[in-house]
Amino acid sequence: MTMNAALIRAILRIIGASLVSLVFVTIAVFFITAVLPGDVADALLGQAATPDAVAALRHSLNLDKPVLVRFVIWVNGLLHGDFGVSLISRRPVLAMASERLIHSLLLAGVTALFAVPVALVLGTASAIFRNTLFDRAVSLLTLCVVSVPEFLVATLAVFIFSVQLHLLPSLASISDIHSIGSFLASFSMPVTTLACVIVGQMSRMTRAVMIDALGSSWVEMAVLKGASPAHIILRHVIPNVIAPLFNVIALSLSYLLGGVVIVESVFHYPGIASLMVDSVAARDIPLVQICALIFCAAYLFLTTLADIVALLSSQRRHAA
Amino acid sequence: MLSRRDMMKQGALLVAAGGAVLRSCPVRAASPVRGGHVRVASTTGSLSDTLDPARQSMVTDYIRGAMFYDGLVMLDETQVPRPALAERIDSDDFRTWTLRLRSGVQFHDGATLTSADVVYSLLRHLDPLVASQVRFQAAAMRSVRADGPLTVIIELYEPNISFPSVLGMSNFAIIRDGTKNFATANGTGPFRCAAFQPGIRSLAVRSPDFWKTDGAWMDSIEVISISDDMARHNALLSGDVDIITEVNPRLVALLRRRDMGVMESPTGTYTDFAIRQDIGPGKNADFIQAMKCLFNRDQIADSVWLGFCRLGNDQPLPPEDRYYNHDLPQTTFDPERAKWLLRKSGFLNQTLPPLICSPAANASVDIAVLLQNEASRIGLRLDVRRMPADGYWSQSWMHFPLGFGNINASVSADMTFAVAFASAAPWNESHWRSPRFDQLLVLSRREADEEKRKAIYHEMQTLIHNESGLCIPNFITSLDGYHRRIRGLHPYQGGHLMGNNFSRFIWVDDEAASRQSESAPA
Repeated sequence: MTMNAALIRAILRIIGASLVSLVFVTIAVFFITAVLPGDVADALLGQAATPDAVAALRHSLNLDKPVLVRFVIWVNGLLHGDFGVSLISRRPVLAMASERLIHSLLLAGVTALFAVPVALVLGTASAIFRNTLFDRAVSLLTLCVVSVPEFLVATLAVFIFSVQLHLLPSLASISDIHSIGSFLASFSMPVTTLACVIVGQMSRMTRAVMIDALGSSWVEMAVLKGASPAHIILRHVIPNVIAPLFNVIALSLSYLLGGVVIVESVFHYPGIASLMVDSVAARDIPLVQICALIFCAAYLFLTTLADIVALLSSQRRHAA
Repeated sequence: MLSRRDMMKQGALLVAAGGAVLRSCPVRAASPVRGGHVRVASTTGSLSDTLDPARQSMVTDYIRGAMFYDGLVMLDETQVPRPALAERIDSDDFRTWTLRLRSGVQFHDGATLTSADVVYSLLRHLDPLVASQVRFQAAAMRSVRADGPLTVIIELYEPNISFPSVLGMSNFAIIRDGTKNFATANGTGPFRCAAFQPGIRSLAVRSPDFWKTDGAWMDSIEVISISDDMARHNALLSGDVDIITEVNPRLVALLRRRDMGVMESPTGTYTDFAIRQDIGPGKNADFIQAMKCLFNRDQIADSVWLGFCRLGNDQPLPPEDRYYNHDLPQTTFDPERAKWLLRKSGFLNQTLPPLICSPAANASVDIAVLLQNEASRIGLRLDVRRMPADGYWSQSWMHFPLGFGNINASVSADMTFAVAFASAAPWNESHWRSPRFDQLLVLSRREADEEKRKAIYHEMQTLIHNESGLCIPNFITSLDGYHRRIRGLHPYQGGHLMGNNFSRFIWVDDEAASRQSESAPA
């Protein structure tokens, strides 16, 4: 009983710490964007930015108020559940960001469904058959794939499969997806490109974690007891490596949300990463804020989850 | 008085000149066919994309605007204003302009076009909160008032014979009286807006009520933007889009090899090097002349633009402009003279301010490096400072003694001079002050005699060429790529897909395209 209470307390502490980080990041993003050169009035007017036009526009958008006042106004809105409206389109930023977030989650989800099992199987197999030809081949291949920048992978894939072979569409526009077939066709290249980036890293980490576990004394004990290799992997190794593996997966998944701006731009996929890049370029601060909040929340959610899994699995081991 | 008849007469001459352009275009099928869908990929696109004509400043916006809205006039292939929503534009003194609107024109919401819509559309540019791109141009209007349901009277502060051209700017498109929400477009244009998602796409479907019976052949046009160069060209090659803007000069040969069309439109768009004349070394006229001599214009043409440009002569009118001064001696690459001038001015061994360039100003980084290289050969040390594209126009452009800029083709010679060279010009990049030039600008705007006005424009070009701190090495040829099934495209001096008006003229000819691909292997 006390064990469980301590566990819950520990979990609450982790969640609390991540909430504190979220608040800190929010504040940091606000003040960092405030020191960016130029503001939305400059960005909107571009070459037509005469001083009086800029001043009038700035005034109407409250941008002439001191940064601390703007911060208080913004936080006040936030506390009332109001994330603000885009300075450019005057649309609520929450609606704009969630529309794009759904697209990003879809792409990240499909990529994870494909990449995580592949990486785990490759990594585990390399660990079991370590230092064989198979292991070296996998290692070399994943290293190569990881080293090629994703824009090159994406552009080459488009050149081969769209331009030369006319097999797949070169763009992954959401508006063109009307059936399972067109979904698979549109998503296959972006998903493969992203998988190239994360599979290599995940499989190498998996291999390292697995080798560590396979060399441990309790696996030796299991071998001495005459357990079958499958039994050893499934019953002894996997439960013990879940925590570090989950950590690796969590980091890769958080990348899939925020770090995919190149893939979004090459395939014309309307995700949230490009929304954030756009909003920074346009100095649309409310929009920058909500994107930053979403990325940060997603990252914290995944790493917190990894921490909790680690906590639970160590509890389980101690209990066993 | 510039009546419609005069405009037509002037136009008739220019159509004859334009005929040469038409004939040189290889793709002219017999007769247009109605129907079909095309997909267009433009370059820039972001959540700043807008359907508000006043705020449009990017090619994607202009393309969309030209589908949904009409102007009072429309510029033809040689930038001559032609009647559009205004059937007649008359003025006795070039100060008070009377516009007679076309009757029976309908907005997409069913309302009929009246003078109130025009008054609202023009006057809103003066409101700073509208954040209009053409507030400077609109500020020339003292009043805009309705005189009955179909007549509008515009009174200018000063006479300007070129005023009808101003109304041909995309930003002066006509919207419905009182429109404040631009989530969709309510115009009188050939297409109505079926979908608009900033930074993602727009879908235009043909409006059944369009006032013009010919033109607007397509059923629907989708516009997306792909900023990545390779991805945009790949989308054309794979057939996922039918038309792309801004073909990379380096990829023209590849597109043509694969049987795609590339339309070359000569434009007055230029990337310039501006030497500020109010601070730094630009106060010395010899230094300016030396820098002009240091531009190896042929080399820039070959290695930066790959030949898709025309030679510049440090004045802003391109060679194909009807007012171009052919008698002005061409500034040539002359490092010896540059060295002599620099020594004379005392700047040869001095540390100079850096050359400010950025990807925001088309190709300026490449040109800066070439200039730096030529300078080093005569012993002049120039530093190149590359600024990020983000924020360049507001934070760097025109802020430094030596910097690069990029000016788009303008609607008229008058507008070019007024926005970028007059003492009060907002884009007077070199901060040049010439009372004589300002005086000539005022004179030219009152001069009804075409030949006399031409002579004034020639003198203005001479003044800029001789005195201003602006180096214009080349004029850029705009390149658009298209699939062979697209018909009806031909070059406009406004650049970019027939001055962004392509949607009104193109049609698809799938049979011709398949005939072509059948014959291709043989």
